[in-house]
Amino acid sequence: MIENRPFVTILAHTALVLGVLLVAFPIWITFVAATHEAARMTQVPLPLWPGDQFFVNLKQVMLKGVGGENATPVWLMMANSLLMAMMIAVGKIAISLLSAFAIVYFRFPFRMGFFWMIFITLMLPVEVRIFPTFKVVADLGMLNSYWGMTIPLIASATATFMFRQVFLTIPDEMLEAARVDGAGPMRFFKDILIPLSRTNIAALFVIMFIYGWNQYLWPLLITTETGYFTVVMGIKQMLEAAEQAPDWHLIMMTALLAMLPPIVVVLSMQKMFVKGLTETEK
Amino acid sequence: MLKRVHFGPSLLPFLLVAPQIAVTLVFFMWPAGQALYQSLLVEDMFGLSTEFVWFENFKDLFSDSYYLGAFKRTALFSFAVATMAMGIALVLAAMVDRIIRGVYVYRTLLIWPYAVAPVVAGALWVFMFDPTLGIFAYALNTIGYDWNHKLNGGEAMTLVVLAATWKQIAYNFLFFVAAIQSIPKPLIEAAAIDGAGPFKRFWTIIFPLITPTMFFLLVVNIVYAFFDTFGIIHAITQGGPYRATEILVYKVWYDGAVAIDLGSSAAQSVILMAIVIIMTVVQFRYIERKVEY
Repeated sequence: MIENRPFVTILAHTALVLGVLLVAFPIWITFVAATHEAARMTQVPLPLWPGDQFFVNLKQVMLKGVGGENATPVWLMMANSLLMAMMIAVGKIAISLLSAFAIVYFRFPFRMGFFWMIFITLMLPVEVRIFPTFKVVADLGMLNSYWGMTIPLIASATATFMFRQVFLTIPDEMLEAARVDGAGPMRFFKDILIPLSRTNIAALFVIMFIYGWNQYLWPLLITTETGYFTVVMGIKQMLEAAEQAPDWHLIMMTALLAMLPPIVVVLSMQKMFVKGLTETEK
Repeated sequence: MLKRVHFGPSLLPFLLVAPQIAVTLVFFMWPAGQALYQSLLVEDMFGLSTEFVWFENFKDLFSDSYYLGAFKRTALFSFAVATMAMGIALVLAAMVDRIIRGVYVYRTLLIWPYAVAPVVAGALWVFMFDPTLGIFAYALNTIGYDWNHKLNGGEAMTLVVLAATWKQIAYNFLFFVAAIQSIPKPLIEAAAIDGAGPFKRFWTIIFPLITPTMFFLLVVNIVYAFFDTFGIIHAITQGGPYRATEILVYKVWYDGAVAIDLGSSAAQSVILMAIVIIMTVVQFRYIERKVEY
């Protein structure tokens, strides 16, 4: 604070409160809709204040799902989403750590060639090469499997770059000391590099978990068996199945559940999240 | 790039890069090559015979008014999303810089939409603007405006822009806050002593100093609007009404999955890849320049 100008301070708070309202209003409306019964959700105007059906709707959605007898229960979709997000996040971090280690600490033929090959993955988002990739996965017989949903997404140029940056800042003396003490490469990796990059691993985990949880187009193409549906896909199917008269209270309950885990991860690891976002530059 | 002290040659480094390289080769390079090859083919309706036609698919695309329309729409859409998301985020970041108490609370409340999946964001907004039930549609109705994004293309576009902007504010906000906080305080204090008020200081000191961040965010926002908004559009409008919200990435998917015109879809993929590569190069040149500072 440079000078005391009450007017500007009040203006700043007002603008921020307005910003928060703008950002939070859709989420509030979602929450409110999830707490009412079906009948109330067909009367205009819709409620702005929560009702008392929250746990009834929660139970219905979690155990029975939305859209009739054959609907996938949301707990199963949540479990699928969680598994997919964890596999993608852990997979990305693991293979990026290994390849960054190789590129920074070893001299070997084609080192730069490999580096550039990884770099190229940065340029090709999955949406762009969606059908050819789908065909490869289909040819490999990986449709309707957790491997098919995750492995094509786990190559990560950003993560490799970030770990490379981190490793380059680690003093050379570390390696010299480790070698004097007789540590081999993998021992050095496990006992020195991993502990030193712990905060970066956590930061990256937050970003990659959200990325994995929010995947939509890819699982939509890869899975046709309802047992593999993720909750993010499930919402769209509910919107579609109920084109005529959507069960908004149940759909919004599912939406609430679908955004809960990533929001919890972001808010509980806020510092890590901001660090991960601003340091990897996406 | 390489450590001065490093391990000698052995088989180990190859094993270490093997997983990453295998995934890259199988799921990135090979499909990208396939897309390139397929974009030069024409397949008949039943997929029985294919013909090599060189750049026919590309020529067709650039004389196809639907494709050119999608190009224009994508430009309009990404421009609208980038300017709105960056404008709102910049105002909020400048305001956060002014206050002392509550910074953490405001930041916490502002960043959560980042975590919401695009398709979920789409579901929220389509619910609020549902022509018969939605709370905003109702509010607009009471003041005499008949909202129906299912029939009106302009309204459909407005809605997807709103949903896409809402999701992106958080990201821009965090980067603007970081950029503004990295400006040395003595610069601002000196200007204040010279009698420059808060608004003048913002325009003459803060704004010019954060232009590199703005440029970086502009590229990121355009990439976001180009590729990450598929879920939003798929949930809200399915590209409709009458293609009013059909952007490039949606059209690639639609032509491949619904219209089953694989050659054209592949050619569109190739064009999108070229766009991403250009944007990535631009972004990296910026990052390199920043490193030199």
